[in-house]
Amino acid sequence: MNAANVDAMYQEIILDHYKNPHGAGLREPFEAEVHHVNPTCGDEITLRVHLDGGRVADVSYAAEGCSISQASASVMNELLVGKSVEEGLQTLTVFQELMQGRGQVEPDEDVLEDGIAFAGVAQFPARVKCALLAWMAWKDAVAQASAEEDS
Amino acid sequence: MAGHDVEAVRKDFPILTRTLAGDRPLVYLDSANTSQKPRQVVEAMERHYLEHNANVARAMHQLGAEASAAFEAGRDKVAQFIGAPRRDEVVFTKNASEALNLVARVLGDDGRVSAGDEVVVTTMEHHSNLVPWQLLTQRTGADLRWFDVTDEGRLDLDSHTLTERTKVVAVTWVSNMLGTINPVEEIVRRAHEVGALVVVDASQAVPQFPVDVAALGADFVAFTGHKMVGPTGIGVLWGRYDLLAELPPFLGGGEMIETVSMDSTTFAAPPHRFEAGTPPIAQSVGLGAAVDYLSRIGMDQVAAHEQRITAYALDVLRELPGVSIVGPKEPVDRGGAISFTVDGVHPHDVAQLLDSQGVAVRAGHHCAKPLHARFGVQSTTRASFYLYTTEAEIDALGAAIRHTQSYFGAR
Repeated sequence: MNAANVDAMYQEIILDHYKNPHGAGLREPFEAEVHHVNPTCGDEITLRVHLDGGRVADVSYAAEGCSISQASASVMNELLVGKSVEEGLQTLTVFQELMQGRGQVEPDEDVLEDGIAFAGVAQFPARVKCALLAWMAWKDAVAQASAEEDS
Repeated sequence: MAGHDVEAVRKDFPILTRTLAGDRPLVYLDSANTSQKPRQVVEAMERHYLEHNANVARAMHQLGAEASAAFEAGRDKVAQFIGAPRRDEVVFTKNASEALNLVARVLGDDGRVSAGDEVVVTTMEHHSNLVPWQLLTQRTGADLRWFDVTDEGRLDLDSHTLTERTKVVAVTWVSNMLGTINPVEEIVRRAHEVGALVVVDASQAVPQFPVDVAALGADFVAFTGHKMVGPTGIGVLWGRYDLLAELPPFLGGGEMIETVSMDSTTFAAPPHRFEAGTPPIAQSVGLGAAVDYLSRIGMDQVAAHEQRITAYALDVLRELPGVSIVGPKEPVDRGGAISFTVDGVHPHDVAQLLDSQGVAVRAGHHCAKPLHARFGVQSTTRASFYLYTTEAEIDALGAAIRHTQSYFGAR
């Protein structure tokens, strides 16, 4: 990959989120906590979800990994906290489509906001997993927390 | 640079003349992961497939005889290359991991490791020389113990005492992460004193310096073809013949039998007992060509070049502010892999930025998570060198690291 593509991946927005992550740290209360690992590179995240009447009241996390995985967790926190679980899952789907689109998918800024900065990452198959790590952890946690709320 | 002509060697590796996106020349510093292949190896395999291809040992036609001879010739060459007293001590596997799994499995099946016994490894092991022993000890109820590593990245042989309970000591000769060359002869001495078998993971050793398994005195030595300018898909387990002859088979299937009825089977002698199914035939031809190639250059020359380049790279990296080497910082008892961290930049981001400059390195835990944990890092970036690596490439690495630091505003 050439230098131009690397610039497409390391957008200013991503580096900003990497240096100043939003919502980082593990907080109480929470209904579900998960730990996800990217086995190929060792990136890790512990993530807690607090739901309140079908809304995502908090997503707190402790993550260790590259700038892409860290920035992705930060952007995800911004996007999901305050949304309904249903809206959150829709946002996840849109983000996943962008990441798995090999750079061919036009990002929807209305839905993804800062998340559109990850469009460049989609051109690097090896890094897509980094961008999705936090999201997959959230999906897992929210499924567990929802089951908890329903029971 | 008497003796080793790097520029002449590089001409045998067409891939090294490639330019990458952005018209940058490839700087391949990932040879501990897999080495590049010289024309001689690729052409030998091509000739085999195009002119001699057949299955081995069971085809009664001329091609079958040619293929069998070619396959077994690979074994002869490997045996000679590592100083094996007998050619039938060389077992072909699909890689070093399989070779190590084979030993761990059959030692357990033979009852040589059982409840109450102890298997000793080191915190320096690649997962492939750790997980098989975890599986063995879990399966048998034996205990897994280990030698720890000092802050300098050397094995601390006083951190564990071998006893009569110790049945196996499994140790890497050269750390794939730290580059440390371990005192394997001393470990063999201590292990044999208490009657334990010694299994050496030589994956990073056989490619880098002359190896004589008879002089080493270990009981098993495992390595892989693709790190020594050979093809993927072939690994080697060398084992003392008397031991191999006593051990039960690993996988069952064709080629490993003596005779079979519906209720019972008797097994072939080593090495075939441990080579079920169609073996890596073309790969043996390729590995034979690889061994010829390395022998023609001379493993002494390969080792001396590795030492020179590693010393040069250590100098370059030490001088870079914000760069920390994880592992021995002096080129003493040290192989050609250097892991490092860059302050303020995650290793994956380092590797990505280096790649954008044409410099290919590895980032991550290098299949040595416990060792990374030992040094308090989640991952590192690793540059590794081989007989075709030049000082100019090390300079390119240094420049690309400086570029990475300014890109991330770390310096």
